[in-house]
Amino acid sequence: MPAEKMLRALREAGWATLVVAGLSFPIIAYRAEPDFNNLLALQPRWPLFLQFCAAAFLLRFFLSLWSGGEAKVKPARVWPKLPWLGPLLLAGLTVYPLAVVALLGPQAALKWIDTYGVQILIYVLLGWGLNITVGLAGLLDLGYAAFYAVGAYAYALLAPLTGLGFWALLPVCGLLAAFWGFCIGFPILRLRGDYLAIVTLAFAEIVRIVLINWDVVTHGEAGLFGFPGLNFFGLPFIPGPRGFAAHFGLPFQGVQKQIFLYYLVLVLALLANLVSLRLRRLPLGRAWEALREDEIACRALGLDTRNIKLTAFALGAFFAGIAGCLFALRQGFVSPSAFTFSESALILAIVVLGGGGSQLGVAVAAVFLVGASELLRELTFLKSVFGPDFDPAQYRMLLVGLAMVAMMNFRPRGLVSTRAPTVRLSNPSSGPSDHLLPQGEKGVAS
Amino acid sequence: MEIFLQQLINGVTLGSIYGLIAIGYTMVFGIIGMVNFAHGDVFMLSAFIALLLLLLLTQMLGLAAAPAFVVALVAAMALTALWNFAIERVAYRRLRGSFRLAPLISAIGMSTFLANFVTVTQGPNNKSIPPMWDEVIKITSGGAYDVTLSYKQILIVVVTGALLAAFWFVVQKTSLGRAQRACEQDAKMAALLGVDVNRTVALTFVIGAALAAVAGSLYLLQYGVVKSSDGFVPGVKAFTAAVLGGIGSLPGAVLGGLLIGLIETLWGQYFSSDYKDVAAFSVLAITLIFMPSGLMGRPDVEKV
Repeated sequence: MPAEKMLRALREAGWATLVVAGLSFPIIAYRAEPDFNNLLALQPRWPLFLQFCAAAFLLRFFLSLWSGGEAKVKPARVWPKLPWLGPLLLAGLTVYPLAVVALLGPQAALKWIDTYGVQILIYVLLGWGLNITVGLAGLLDLGYAAFYAVGAYAYALLAPLTGLGFWALLPVCGLLAAFWGFCIGFPILRLRGDYLAIVTLAFAEIVRIVLINWDVVTHGEAGLFGFPGLNFFGLPFIPGPRGFAAHFGLPFQGVQKQIFLYYLVLVLALLANLVSLRLRRLPLGRAWEALREDEIACRALGLDTRNIKLTAFALGAFFAGIAGCLFALRQGFVSPSAFTFSESALILAIVVLGGGGSQLGVAVAAVFLVGASELLRELTFLKSVFGPDFDPAQYRMLLVGLAMVAMMNFRPRGLVSTRAPTVRLSNPSSGPSDHLLPQGEKGVAS
Repeated sequence: MEIFLQQLINGVTLGSIYGLIAIGYTMVFGIIGMVNFAHGDVFMLSAFIALLLLLLLTQMLGLAAAPAFVVALVAAMALTALWNFAIERVAYRRLRGSFRLAPLISAIGMSTFLANFVTVTQGPNNKSIPPMWDEVIKITSGGAYDVTLSYKQILIVVVTGALLAAFWFVVQKTSLGRAQRACEQDAKMAALLGVDVNRTVALTFVIGAALAAVAGSLYLLQYGVVKSSDGFVPGVKAFTAAVLGGIGSLPGAVLGGLLIGLIETLWGQYFSSDYKDVAAFSVLAITLIFMPSGLMGRPDVEKV
């Protein structure tokens, strides 16, 4: 019997190797690079090709050797409730920038607060915003970066024009993005799910092309910079007697601005979280979730599906606008290249990997996807392994793509699927009852 | 007038390529009702495979350009078909019967993966080959501008027409086509009546990829340049073509492709070449909003 199993595994591994060899034959075995005459020349990479084939063989061989028994049906795992987790995380996030400054000193801390703190938190905010549209209302928005861009450009254009500070412009950015969401959403929200996704994508691309080509206003690819930056309730973060540091009798440090921005983003992200958590308990939020599960049933129950969808779409866009404003404040520079489809795909991946609807999951996914690639950038020994032009950002999107596929195939409800059903029929102590499980677990073949 | 005629020829050429890609979208949508978002990237991948094979044959084996191109085209069709077969197996097969957006999200992941896979393995910059077959026929001369029609353009249009006829025959007359149409109407019932649904769907993906590979090779031949981000925009445009022609309809896909090609080139000539993509994307939005069943499609009725 083991010999038979071994033979079967060998046969399967052989097929897998053949397929992988076919898939990778020209694309991995050769690389076309222009030579000194600017003509393409082939560089053979057969060792890499053989490594791929060997990996495929071994992987398939051991997989079929070890699997192949009786398929076990695992009961759905319900994560234990951790009531202390939220406050603990919150405390950790609050202490983080101060702790980093205390540990590393103000200069070295700058990178840790800016790249790992502010940047990740902006993505968490974006993830929570998109989660309202995608996770709660079930409207797949592939053009989320457009609203992000609206927020960023709104700040970059309005700040010098109106002379208003960012406190006044922050809600304006959000409202402008929400208005755009409303305008774009209005005609398209009666489309079926996948068509809706494609049209949002088309709108986002139109917005980006306009940003690139409308030179007079947006300065095209070069982008906008030199707009007023962050200030602390009117006190700018500059050295000198009129700055924030002098006012409070502190020595001037560049990191103060980053710390303030960090807390600002943290508060706004938590606000987004609070809003979506509270809304889920209101009739509106319940209508979103009902709409996601079955639109026809909702319409039969007399819900105004168009308005319900519009609110979800516009609210998601609102938070993208806020995040865009914060992005402009962090970078001090906005250009169309920051708002491509791959940005939308990254934010969507954060929501999808976070398990559509779960707030904590989205945050964890944002930390993982954005933080991990930044960390990879730090690891200099990777450069010596993969060569000097190794750029983890390329591998990040490659892995993001694979992760989205894997997620849909194996855990369609997300990595951290703690999301309890919002409404229960009876006996709340018995765990999620089967018929109230979120979508994706027991669909019917269509 | 000469310029208009020239742009008409260019538009039909580009439109034929869009049409070939659009057939892949429309067949997959017809049979399993999913938007195969990764199809544009499969097209880009096929252009890369054709490019590498062409270089391999001409540089290493010393073949002349014409036979090398034919061999590269056929081999690229086979290899791209294998890719799409693997993609369907890995990314989509388990998702039939999952919730509605799952296949689309998986396809977006696949699209991201493919674009970055080619970026990582081949680099992000433009790959250009020296021009081949530059002989042209002058249609008008003596005016301010010579209108030309190159042999490549004739080849592209003829190949598109021939493939459309061939696949129209396959879908209408053969048992595979019958199985496809049965799965399109009701996959469960087709399975009960002895149609191997998995095999039929896999074959649909294989055919779609082979056509995308023809489009990719012809694109390379016509424009002589490809880069790893080239899958996205042609993919969306080809999807627009499929929707405009009526998704699910093969002649509709080619008709839509020709229209998109013409709209794009004429818009680029007479309005603004910076905004030519806006034209195609607007057509997509307008079609989906006001005419979701397209020119030759059937209205989409949602059954409860």
